[in-house]
Amino acid sequence: MSGEEDGEAASAGEATDGAAVVAAVEAVADRFESERDHLTELDSAIGDADHGGNMARGWAAAAEAARDLDDPDPQAVCRTVGKTLMAEVGGASGPLFGGSFVFASAELDDGVTAESAVAFAETYLEKVEDRGDARVGDQTVVDALTPAVHTFKKSVETDDLPPLEALAKAVDAAERGVAFTVPIRARKGRASYLGWRSVGHQDPGATSALFILEELLATAADALDSEVPDVDATSPTIPDEAPEETAGDGDGDATPEDED
Amino acid sequence: MKKLINEPDDVVDEMLDGMTAAYPDRLRRLPDTQVLVRDDAPVEGKVALVTGGGSGHEPTHAGYVGDGMLDGAAAGDVFSSPTADEFEALIDACDAGDGVLAIIKNYEGDVMNFETAIELAEMEGVEVESVVVNDDVAVEDSLYTSGRRGVCGTILVHKAAGAKAAAGADLSEVKRVAEKVIDNVGTMGTALTSCVTPEKGEPTFDLGDDEIELGIGIHGEPGTERTELMPADEITDALTEAVLDDLDLDDGREVLTIVNGMGGTPQMELFVVNRRLQELLGERGLETWDAWVGDYMTSLDMMGASVTVCAVDDELKELLGAPADTPALTRTQ
Repeated sequence: MSGEEDGEAASAGEATDGAAVVAAVEAVADRFESERDHLTELDSAIGDADHGGNMARGWAAAAEAARDLDDPDPQAVCRTVGKTLMAEVGGASGPLFGGSFVFASAELDDGVTAESAVAFAETYLEKVEDRGDARVGDQTVVDALTPAVHTFKKSVETDDLPPLEALAKAVDAAERGVAFTVPIRARKGRASYLGWRSVGHQDPGATSALFILEELLATAADALDSEVPDVDATSPTIPDEAPEETAGDGDGDATPEDED
Repeated sequence: MKKLINEPDDVVDEMLDGMTAAYPDRLRRLPDTQVLVRDDAPVEGKVALVTGGGSGHEPTHAGYVGDGMLDGAAAGDVFSSPTADEFEALIDACDAGDGVLAIIKNYEGDVMNFETAIELAEMEGVEVESVVVNDDVAVEDSLYTSGRRGVCGTILVHKAAGAKAAAGADLSEVKRVAEKVIDNVGTMGTALTSCVTPEKGEPTFDLGDDEIELGIGIHGEPGTERTELMPADEITDALTEAVLDDLDLDDGREVLTIVNGMGGTPQMELFVVNRRLQELLGERGLETWDAWVGDYMTSLDMMGASVTVCAVDDELKELLGAPADTPALTRTQ
């Protein structure tokens, strides 16, 4: 990855200041507050119905902690947000959403640029995958994050798109990743215990990831004083690693015939 | 359901304050956390042992904090894993520079939060290793785990690794001993009744008056089989045979056994189970080196018991028999 030199970083756009990141966190917190019931409803179908409350509470605390920072550079904001989410969200979502934030913030030594944002996104995804031991097709947050991160990276590094457009494409990919969780069967997390009964349900974790990305995009557009760009819906949804199959993984779990 | 509590939300906090009040010269609570550590933590010149998990399994976890066992334990809310930042605070408070061994029961939340905490502690330069206990032979995957659950056998990991650390062994040796116990221990439990969490105030699951659940987890999560109530000997046979089939021990092997109460079963009944357990081991050609009976890892007020068998050799006998001085377990030599 390039972007070590100031010149290259600048070519990809101005480095974002901490205040913009705090604004994004506040937007995410507001979004989770308004989506609280929606997420809880999704989670009650396949989990223990606490995801909406957990995320709303966690992000509200994260926004408050971010606002209270004396020196809100982007790295400090992200680290604080991650630490606060870990403390407030609990369960598996704490380490997945929050812990990964803390680790990924290590990529922001020189602030937020298109390049460091790609590195941040890649580290974030890697941590979520490792911690949750989940891959695309398991009906988890990874189903939204993977296409988003891959699309963002390709848009920045290969297609040389401006950051806002790259982010818009990532959101679009995440949206289709969330839709992808509906017809498949959960193989990780609490929902996996339902076996085939998880089919037909939208994954709450993937939905939360989409909300975060949507608010990032909206805040970034605000900060750059631009409209959210229209993107075509042809960006790859699941690049390179589509699941081999979404059913009958042959590991001895319930089959449709077993289901009552 | 009657409970001796104030507000459900305050139970864990008040329990922890009550524990430190009971053992003021032994346990210390880290400010603004649910973490209890040895009063003298960090202990210089010793690998630190830490663990944690949901509350409701008392005396697990903090009951085993003290000389010869754990340096500290993080308590989560009832049946919920502690958060990663609590685990991180625990690791930081116990590390004296000789490294930390984290003993994790195989439950998804515990594993994820502990692993996150370990990685964060490593970023700060603390040397941390971990072991995951998975002694429950009942189910291969469960509501809360991939792989087998970690249950009462965890106490033996605390004991053996704690003795090794107290003897001044380095982190890799302490970890090796912990893994040796994990490789040689199996547990299976049964519930006669559901537990009642403070928050819910009513049974977590329905179990008829004439029914029991075999292979139950320590949160009342489903086991392997629901069957009619049987005499103690038949239940003991079912539990013990499942464990012994899994361990597949040679004739003449020495074992340590635990008959563990789930919180709501009188000692009288635990001893009845132990009587049959020891008979059965003899019939199977195994020799009992030591037999523990009591409430070691409970499930609130659940009635029921688990049977743990651990095959021991000279090294494990020395470590499991070594002195320990903790609120819930003491051994003298």
